[in-house]
Amino acid sequence: MFGKLTIEAVPYHEPIVMVVLGVAALLGLAVVAAITYFKKWGYLWREWITSVDHKRLGVMYIVIAIVMLIRGFSDAIMMRSQQAIASGGAEGYLPPEHYDQIFTAHGVIMIFFMAMPFMVGLMNIAVPLQIGARDVAFPYLNSLSFWLTTAGVILVNVSLGVGEFAATGWLAYPPLSDIQYSPGVGVDYWIWSLQISGIGTLLTGVNFFVTILKMRAPGMSLMKMPMFTWTALCTNVLIIAAFPILTVTIALLTLDRYIGTHFFTNDMGGNQMMYVNLIWAWGHPEVYILVLPAFGIFAEVVATYCKKRLFGYTSMVYATVAITVLSFIVWLHHFFTMGAGANVNAFFGIATMIIAIPTGVKIFNWLFTMYEGRVQFTVPMAWTLGFLITFTIGGMTGVLLAVPGADYVLHNSLFLIAHFHNVIIGGVVFGYLAGFTYWFPKVFGFKLDEKLGKASAWCWIVGFFTAFMPLYALGFMGMTRRLNSYDNPDWHFPLIVAAIGAGIIACGIACQLLQLFVSIKNRHQNIDETGDPWGGRTLEWSIPSPAPFYNFAHIPVVEERDAFWHMKENGVSEQKPAEYQDIHMPKNTSAGFFIGIIAAVFGFALIWHIWWLAIVSAVGIFVTMVMRTFNDDIDYYVPAAEVERIESQRYQKLSNQA
Amino acid sequence: MSNQHQSQESHDHGSVKSYTTGLIISIILTVIPFGLVMTGALSTTATLAIILIMAVVQIVVQVVYFLHLSEGSGPRWNMISLWFTILIVGIVVVGSVWIMFHLNHNLMVGM
Repeated sequence: MFGKLTIEAVPYHEPIVMVVLGVAALLGLAVVAAITYFKKWGYLWREWITSVDHKRLGVMYIVIAIVMLIRGFSDAIMMRSQQAIASGGAEGYLPPEHYDQIFTAHGVIMIFFMAMPFMVGLMNIAVPLQIGARDVAFPYLNSLSFWLTTAGVILVNVSLGVGEFAATGWLAYPPLSDIQYSPGVGVDYWIWSLQISGIGTLLTGVNFFVTILKMRAPGMSLMKMPMFTWTALCTNVLIIAAFPILTVTIALLTLDRYIGTHFFTNDMGGNQMMYVNLIWAWGHPEVYILVLPAFGIFAEVVATYCKKRLFGYTSMVYATVAITVLSFIVWLHHFFTMGAGANVNAFFGIATMIIAIPTGVKIFNWLFTMYEGRVQFTVPMAWTLGFLITFTIGGMTGVLLAVPGADYVLHNSLFLIAHFHNVIIGGVVFGYLAGFTYWFPKVFGFKLDEKLGKASAWCWIVGFFTAFMPLYALGFMGMTRRLNSYDNPDWHFPLIVAAIGAGIIACGIACQLLQLFVSIKNRHQNIDETGDPWGGRTLEWSIPSPAPFYNFAHIPVVEERDAFWHMKENGVSEQKPAEYQDIHMPKNTSAGFFIGIIAAVFGFALIWHIWWLAIVSAVGIFVTMVMRTFNDDIDYYVPAAEVERIESQRYQKLSNQA
Repeated sequence: MSNQHQSQESHDHGSVKSYTTGLIISIILTVIPFGLVMTGALSTTATLAIILIMAVVQIVVQVVYFLHLSEGSGPRWNMISLWFTILIVGIVVVGSVWIMFHLNHNLMVGM
């Protein structure tokens, strides 16, 4: 009846897990109680859960990202404190099988359920506004993508309380991840959470690719697009090209585990090296999927707060496109030591070094934009400056690791860990947090607290260097990654320093949460009346804050690259249109929500081998999809009078200010 | 969204006949290699070669009948997407074969 699922699946004998579950249950109960008390269930359902509005979906993506950031960071703190304690062969407080799950969960959560939702969320919020569109090309698909991602998140979190998570490392190499060596459900949780959320990501990629190509405002040629939209376009191309590789690779691993095929085990001609090859053919483009939008955010931030147009826009576009293609010819550098020989290693080593050139071009673009600009030291600029220094260091250690000879010495060591955290925290996380602060007023209508934002940036930057510079040294001292306990006393001191660094980053995250809390409390002092709080250059700042649900009352006509800046210079930015027209909008739908939730049940059933439930939920997904397909009532018109009423409020505010 | 709605009516996305033709050809192209493997009628090398050829032909069939990239009248980025896809598939397939050949050679698999 319940497949492999028994009461023993709940880890009630592990106090750490049970305390975490208890706290999570209490928090969940508190949230449910609060929603019930304030009678917000209907509001939540109508305005958020069934919403197809790209801004609302963007907010929900970022909420997920922040929640998962906290969960992934808790894993990090546990690893750092374990290694600070477990010196000289001491056991510490985390047994090996638990420690293995923690570093696996940390990697999976931070990449798939923190960085990816954060990136997709920012893209959702900013891209349609930047190109002058009223929504994405396929609004229902957008909602479906979000709920599939949520299904993945649910499965990862359920694994904490029911069963276990993979203990294989974040990419689950066979043969360790095969049924013979990982007979439990951990790897199955990994498989189904990635597979379901991966389909969501692929759909997002298709959706935004079409949106950017087909729905730009009249006059906005490709070379007049804002830089963030360009990087989003390239990221979506990478998603469409790379994610199918991940889907197929995981599907083959699934067959190996479920029906006894041997794609990745030595019996009957299988080859586990093929898995490593395929997973990195996806894995390396994935790195650029994450970092390209961050580059775009820095470009917007630097141009806005330096009051200058971006230096070398064309070169930056070409650099972005070059990275998009080059990211597909470097994947072997993740397994130089697997034994491919000199020619192959040399090719991929040189290709990896070449990719540093377009990235370097971008660094100079940002630096020269700041040069002789009127730099305003706002919070997004603090993140950007922190990024420029941190990322450059991380990039250089990356070029060092691209030398196959050096990689033979440093692979699998903490030097590698320090390198990729250096580029992912310094590039991706700083970029997303800058974008979060930058676009926050556009979504909510008020600005975030400056002081706490800067405090957070300082804590993150200082904490990062304190936590990860010792790891470079430890790599040279021969410490390998994923150690639960060690007996070399020389490693102890740097690991204590690293643990302190993680504590400083924790302060940064606390400042971030406090900033949100304080900013919401003091929102009336930080209201953005004009819709253009930063003196922006691109179209999203031409509409009121918070952006009305239809975004643009009139679709703007674009003549120049920084379209809104151009309008302001010509004095037409605040011109009231002569008349308004009816606006065609998509209707909300619950289909995406139901498919996502049933997909989570489907994944859960397959993980625990509850076959009847798997069949029922698969039928459920199919029926919901068919019902949605035959639903013709998917759109409506906002009457011109209603648009005029909403818009005139804004012109009233503007004239009050003047 | 307004674009999405209009395009469903105004643009030609193939007919039932072309989709059926594509489906039937795809099924035939799948049944042939499957049958060859199940019956073991040909030598391993010949079977592998036929599987490969059938796979490539199937890609072309699907691109023509399901994705309608043969018309040539579509916007420029239609063709750019196609060439980009061919480039990436080429890189991943050729790269993987090259890498795996080297790995197998160095690790002396099969010796």
